[in-house]
This record gives sequence, C-alpha cells and structure tokens, in this order.
Amino acid sequence: MEKFNKLTGNAIPIRITNVDTDMIIPKQFLKTIKRTGLGEYLFFELKFDQDGNKIDSFALNQDQYNGASILIAGKNFGCGSSREHAPWSIADYGIKCIIAPSYADIFYNNCFKNGILPIILDEETVAKLQDTAENTLNFNIDLQKQNITYVENNEQKEITFEIDPVKKKCLIEGLDDIGLTLNKSSSISDFENNQAKETPWLYGSKTI
Amino acid sequence: MSAPKTLYDKIWDNHIVSINDDGTTMLYIDRHLVHEVTSPQAFEGLRMSGRKVRRPEFTLATADHNVPTMDRDKGIADPDSKLQVETLERNASENNITYLPMSDKRQGIVHIVGPEQGFTQPGMTIVCGDSHTSTHGAFGALAWGIGTSEVEHTLATQTLIQTKAKNMCIKITGEVVDGVTAKDIILAIIKKIGTAGGTGYVIEYTGDVIKNLSMEGRMTVCNMSIEAGARAGLISPDEKTWEYLKGRPLAPSGEEFETAIKHWQSLATDEGAQYDEIVEIKADEIIPQVTWGTSPEDVVSIDGYVPDPKNASSDEKKISIERALDYMGLEPNTPINEIEVNKVFIGSCTNGRIEDLRAVSKIAKGRKVEKNVHAMIVPGSGLVKEQAEKEGLDKIFIEAGFDWRDPGCSMCLAMNADKLKPQERCASTSNRNFEGRQGRGGRTHLMSPQMAAAAAIKGKLTDFRDL
Repeated sequence: MEKFNKLTGNAIPIRITNVDTDMIIPKQFLKTIKRTGLGEYLFFELKFDQDGNKIDSFALNQDQYNGASILIAGKNFGCGSSREHAPWSIADYGIKCIIAPSYADIFYNNCFKNGILPIILDEETVAKLQDTAENTLNFNIDLQKQNITYVENNEQKEITFEIDPVKKKCLIEGLDDIGLTLNKSSSISDFENNQAKETPWLYGSKTI
Repeated sequence: MSAPKTLYDKIWDNHIVSINDDGTTMLYIDRHLVHEVTSPQAFEGLRMSGRKVRRPEFTLATADHNVPTMDRDKGIADPDSKLQVETLERNASENNITYLPMSDKRQGIVHIVGPEQGFTQPGMTIVCGDSHTSTHGAFGALAWGIGTSEVEHTLATQTLIQTKAKNMCIKITGEVVDGVTAKDIILAIIKKIGTAGGTGYVIEYTGDVIKNLSMEGRMTVCNMSIEAGARAGLISPDEKTWEYLKGRPLAPSGEEFETAIKHWQSLATDEGAQYDEIVEIKADEIIPQVTWGTSPEDVVSIDGYVPDPKNASSDEKKISIERALDYMGLEPNTPINEIEVNKVFIGSCTNGRIEDLRAVSKIAKGRKVEKNVHAMIVPGSGLVKEQAEKEGLDKIFIEAGFDWRDPGCSMCLAMNADKLKPQERCASTSNRNFEGRQGRGGRTHLMSPQMAAAAAIKGKLTDFRDL
C-alpha cells in the first residue's frame, strides 16, 4: 500500500456538496481491468461539456491549479457507489490529500487503501480553506503532527486535524494489510472449524 | 445473563475472528459476491503476489453491469465491456469460483441472484464490490459494499479488518396508505434523514410496516440503505424469510433447515437492547414518492411541487437546488404531476424482481404506453424473466408497448448500451438520480414500479392510483 507522511502542494477547491462517485469517475471509464491511467478522466463530465469542450469555470481546468495535490471539497464527498476507481483516478491525477467536512463511508475507507489522506474539518474551516486555496500556493500537510500549515498575508497559519490512530499508522507505514491478515491464518482456520460445528449448514456441500 | 443485543451486535459478535491490538476487528466473511467491474484488479493483485482464493466455494460470480439486454446471441459489442466480462470468466475459472455466464438462465444482477439461489441467508456476513450489497440485509444478513482492495482482501483471507459501526433503528409506525410500496417507504426515509443521515451507521428497519412487507419489498428497502449513507441495512428474519429460503438451491434442507431456523430465530434484537439512534417515521403520511433533483434525498410526494431555491434553508442548500434544477431542466414550483417523460426504465437491483413486474403488469394490462415514450422493462435475472413469461406478463408488457429485455443492471447505471441521451427524461425504478447516472445529460426521476408504469402510460409523472 502507498505510504503517506508529509505533503506540500497547492489545493483545488471543489465547491459542490454531495460530490458522488459518478461525478468523480463516470461509468464509461469503469470498463478497465487496470488500476492505473484513470487520472485523465477524473471529474470528466465536470471538466468537459457534451461536445468535448473544456468548461473553463471548473477549477481543474484553471492553470493556477496545475500540479495540485490537494482537493478541498464539500460535505458528503464520495457518496454513491463503492467503485475504487474513484480514489484510483484521484491518486493517478496526483491528488494525495482531500479536505472536506464529511465523506461517504466506503469512499473514505477506499482512500486509505490508496495512500490518500482524507482530512475531516468543520464546514466553516473548509469553506475558509477553499477561499485561501485560491490565493495561497502551498499548503503543508503533516500526518505525523496532524496539522496543515500555510502562509497567508505573511502570517503563518496552522490547523490541526483528528484522525483514527489505526488509519494514521496504516498510511504512514504503508502496510500490506492482506499480508498482515495472512500472518494470522491459523486464527482464521480456528474460527472456521468452530463455525462449521456451530452452524454446519454454512459449510454444506451444495453447489449450483 | 449477558447484556441485551441488537441484531447487528449478534451478527457482528458471531463473526469475530480476533480483535487486533489496535482495536480493529478481524471479521469473518461468510459469502462473497463478485461481478466484472470491481473484481479484475483484485484478481490481478492476487496473481501478482502469488496468493490464492481461500474459499472459492463461498464465492459466487456473475456478470451484470456490462451485459447487453437484447440480441445476446451476438455477444457483447463494446470491446472494453467484452474484455471485462471475459476477464471475470477467466478469473472465476482459474480460481474454481462458480460463475453464472450470460448464457445461463440463472444469470442476473448479483443482488437478485444471491437471494434467488439461497446463497444469501440470515445471520451471514456478505460482501460484494458493489454498494447495493446492502440489499441482502433483508434476510437479516449483515451485508455491505466494499472497494476492490477489500475484494482482494476477502478473496485472499475470507476476512475483513473492520471497525464496528453505530447502530440506528428506523421504526416505521402506523399503517401504509393503499398503493404505497417499499420504494415509497425508503424514499421517504432518505428524504427525512438525508443522503448522509446514515453515515457511520448500520440501520435496522423495524415496525409492523416492515414486518408486513414481502421479502422482495424488504430487499427494496435495504437496497437503498446506501443512498441514506448507511454501511448496511438490516431487517429481522422471520417466517417470511424461512418461507422464501425453503427449497432454494443453496439453502439448507431437511433437518438442517429446521436447525438453521432455530439459530436464525435467535438473531432478533433482544428486548431492551440499545441503539445509538432511533428515528420514527409515520407510514400514514407517505403517499407515492418521486425524486425531482440529482440526489436521492431530493424527494417529493407526487402531489407536490418542484422546490423553489428562494425558500431554501441555507445558502448552500439554495446553490445545490439551483444546480439540480438547472441540470434537470425544471422550473421552480412546477407541479410534479405535470413533468413529462420520454423514457421509462423498470428494473435494477432495487425493483427488478417478480413482484415488481407483477405490479407493473396490473397497470399495463389493457393500456398503452404513450406514443412519445420508450419504456423498457429489464428483469433482474433470467429466473425472474422466466417466471414472468410463465405467468404471461411478457405478453401484457409487449401488448402495451413496453420493450421486454434480457436481465442485467442495464440503464440503472448505463454501463452497457442502454442509456439516456442528453436531456432525455426518465421515470426510473432504479436507485440513483445523480447527474449523468443513466447517461450523460440524462434526467432521472426515481419512483416505484407502479409509478414508473403509470408514467409510461400517461407520458408524465402521475399518481398511478388515479389511472
């Protein structure tokens, strides 16, 4: 799994609430059998109109956000489907951190599997950061210290954030969680043996 | 005596393999459904790391998102769709996983196939790389959607590392008004709690209204738990559940079935068990519901009006209503029953079961689809299709001018050839009305099968009870 520790970069404000996974990566790009190469399709239908012309008002099309590595988004970000293509396209685009007031559950979990840090801050702070993002080039994000720092009007600013310690550790260490689980395969076998006694019909021989 | 537990607590506790030092739980996964869109990268991951599928016999695969719903003998025209389906076929075969191909009459949408085959049973943990896995909660199974990394984790270990969610009880009180369906109930719930209202929760639906629903209706309710943001939806299993399961190919039989029922009966929430949150909804106040906007919480009664952004409760809400109205091509304060449609989609894992089709046939019988409307009916599985044809429903549909198709996800998410064109307006029994969901620029109004059928007949949104 990808590691995340520190990040410095500029941020793209996406001022829409309930951004769903269909917006993040439309279904026509889900037909791939690979994880890579989805970055160019990120927010495809917000970036291009139906004739394929760039929509200038959309932040991702504005030069000042070229090379950005942070998204600052509205609440309930990533709602809808379970498609991991959403965080894949975000990561492939070069975004490593998202800041929003809240996330949909599956999307939130999927981020951690892909080295993306989803930070939760209150709505007011997020709105303010979206304004700041329009002018401030660099935000520094330090997961270890759980803070965001930036300079605004020659003044050093710091915002701290909370994060589940387990998820923090996974991101910092980039752990292979399948490998870790497989180290405990004897516990899994014990569970199965016991379950087969308690509820034997789950282990029946019927097939279709 | 141990403390009283909820249905969720019991299923959770029954599946703890170990509690890790960091407080997370390794949870055993009893059954895993696999489809072609969210699995190829997981199988690829296994191959790259030299890992095997731990329990192929607990895994069931079928292709549903990309399959054509007509002219199947010609195969899949789109090369990417074709490759995705062929990749699933190969992965299933290499890993000894049962796979129901397009040519098998048992093929269909995973969430319809699982229950039909008796793969889904009470008390189980069930996952699938698909958010509508919550459907299986109708059986009192803890079922939730996962991303592809977790699909790989489940394939390799038959477990997932989880943190327990909070538990919400949604109690539907009173009695439903005539003509109000499971779909109207769940839309009313989402309207009340919002698309993020269930975030961080597993919802248990309770009350006589839920108890009186058929298994199919219960599946419709649990299906859209995800649209309320919940991790999963649950309904306590009962006689209807055993009755549904009896004789299904993968359900236990004979003496074992009786033993299983005893176990399943013990799963119901204990008296005095605590929920983190309780929401009450009065059924009497619900009439047929439709969505007007681009979020499943944009719900209004059929006798209502398109909202006016001027009356929004906040600036943020105002902006989001304006954006939705612009996308939907609707004017504020338009009566809902004056909105004209040119497409109708009846199907999906929400409403693609036999009962849904029977309800549609009652509306369709002796009537005609309005001449400017294209109305398609896509059964949820080959078995649903077969049953409908056995009952002669297909003849009623065709006679009325509906387009009767082969099973799959179809225009619920438009990954196959079935999609809306820009600005087309669709009365749909599916689950999401997001921008572009049914095709770029397409406009979706969610509703029950009866309401969608009535829209096909009238060419506009209408209360089917007035037909």
